[in-house]
Amino acid sequence: MSATKDIRLMKGNEAFAEGIIRAGCDGYFGYPITPQSEVLEYLSAQKTKERTGMVVLQAESEIASIHMVYGGAGCGKRVVTSSSSPGISLMQEGFSYLAGTELPCLLMNVMRGGPGLGTIQPSQSDYFQAVKGGGHGDYKMIVLAPASVQEMYDFAKLGFDLAFKYRIQVMILSDGAIGQMMEKVELDEQLPRLTDEEIIKKYPWATTGKTNDRERNIVTSLDLNPVKQEIMNRKLQEKFKEIEENEVRFESFECDDAEYLFVAYGSSARVCEKSVQLGRAKGIKIGLLRLITLFPFPYDEVARLAKQVEGILTIEMSAGQMIEDVKLGANGAVRIEHYGRLGGIMPAPAEVLNVLEENFINTKIYV
Amino acid sequence: MFETLPITKEEICRPENLVYSRTHLMTDAALSYCPGCGHGTIHRMIMEVIDEMNLQADTIGVAPVGCSVLAYEFLNIDMQQAAHGRAPAVATGIKRLMPDKFVFTYQGDGDLAAIGTGETVHACNRGENITIFYVNNGIYGMTGGQMAPTTLPQMKTATSPFGRNVETMGYPLKITELIAALPGTYFVTRQSVHTAANVRKTKKAIQKAIEYQKLNKGLSFVEIVSNCNSGWKMTPVEANKWMEENMFPFYPLGDIKVPK
Repeated sequence: MSATKDIRLMKGNEAFAEGIIRAGCDGYFGYPITPQSEVLEYLSAQKTKERTGMVVLQAESEIASIHMVYGGAGCGKRVVTSSSSPGISLMQEGFSYLAGTELPCLLMNVMRGGPGLGTIQPSQSDYFQAVKGGGHGDYKMIVLAPASVQEMYDFAKLGFDLAFKYRIQVMILSDGAIGQMMEKVELDEQLPRLTDEEIIKKYPWATTGKTNDRERNIVTSLDLNPVKQEIMNRKLQEKFKEIEENEVRFESFECDDAEYLFVAYGSSARVCEKSVQLGRAKGIKIGLLRLITLFPFPYDEVARLAKQVEGILTIEMSAGQMIEDVKLGANGAVRIEHYGRLGGIMPAPAEVLNVLEENFINTKIYV
Repeated sequence: MFETLPITKEEICRPENLVYSRTHLMTDAALSYCPGCGHGTIHRMIMEVIDEMNLQADTIGVAPVGCSVLAYEFLNIDMQQAAHGRAPAVATGIKRLMPDKFVFTYQGDGDLAAIGTGETVHACNRGENITIFYVNNGIYGMTGGQMAPTTLPQMKTATSPFGRNVETMGYPLKITELIAALPGTYFVTRQSVHTAANVRKTKKAIQKAIEYQKLNKGLSFVEIVSNCNSGWKMTPVEANKWMEENMFPFYPLGDIKVPK
């Protein structure tokens, strides 16, 4: 009976929380905000201290949360925080410091509509902030875009693996729909947390207490010498380049013979998947490029498809942010339009298909 | 001339004659602090105690933003440099995940009592089992002598050039008395390092604070009222005199909260 799969019906936020426990997380620090509070609630109800020894602490603010993450990450621990858009804005200071000190950690943004207090409904208007760097300085973080509850779970382990492989922060850029909806999730075996001895061996940079066999370890992003600071920055840029070369992830849906292409991620990609089916049923050859990594962005795949199709429609729950990267990838090879809903409204599959038909098919001039 | 001395230098420099040596927990780096500043002495006190208690391998320190931003250059222990004011949150993250380590923050008054007030109050209120060393000189030293939350009424600074007017600029914040009122703090004291006698008292307070953390008693808070002769625009001697006459009446030295 050991082959029986552990399948449960869970909310996206709960699946993420279960995912980090099972991936061997050492500590979660967070602050309540809709629509992601289930992460902290679920973890608090799980008695993680007894289950795996994992620490769960409700901080006094998102600012405190991210700096608690910094402290734990500096010790080589697997640490996590999650929030939603306004809270993520508050954390930008910490993200910048984590980037400057090259500390690995896992972050999640369950996006809601903005700007300001905005709304609690799903949105994708934090793309620029996540992908282009919301804090100060030249930095990137790996950004993963889940489109299902299963991926909310899976990306916890993937996120830790990438974070420690590159000593970088990994953000899971989710939204209120993915966070709140319930789907079945297949769970893995519990991974053990690393012991302090294993951490000292695997992460020699961590502040674990200075012993006689090594120099002291310092976690800092400060260097008042601009020459040294430039060298550090170049090293960071080389790392981002390596990530761009090795870690691009995407999923193609009906792209092989596609004449028209949707590009989308997260909830919007789920909508587009249905739109592709509706379009195909009408005889329109549509495909979908679903982005899984937003940084690194699949520029090469967009470039390839831009030469194949007659038009690209980007679907985002924003005023058009990801479209800028799609245009960079296509480099003028094909016409690209954006369609988005704002303020917490999700587009419907038929609505999206209609926009594609109106923009690219009904307007086609036959000679 | 030297040949006629009754004893030679070599005869004096023997282990049995040794009464004091610099702790190896201070690095060889030249201190970046102004001559007359208290930071160097405070660094040394903390490192001497950690050395005497044999805690080097068990210590993780958190440096702030301010004059002591480079503290890790001088202290031969593992350290993390925190964003401005966030040291108590960083220390919370470290201590919660490394509960067997001795974790301390080293913060100035601008860092701890202005931008980091929230992190300070809540770390204290949660009773985090960490130690906070709080160096209060009533001014922002590193950025060039601007008004701090602790600047005394009528005191002139770069941003209160006509003196701190409490009606428009608010009152100096006695954050030490404030956090002493919280149930999470275990030991709260205010000391100074401007005389040899005060240095000895401060060292004792540091010892107590570390002992209490080892006993998991909650948060220990050691304020050290110090000078900033360059920010105050005085000679070191004048600054210490001014500190005694003006700072100590407002920030009186002594234990504020001691275990029953």
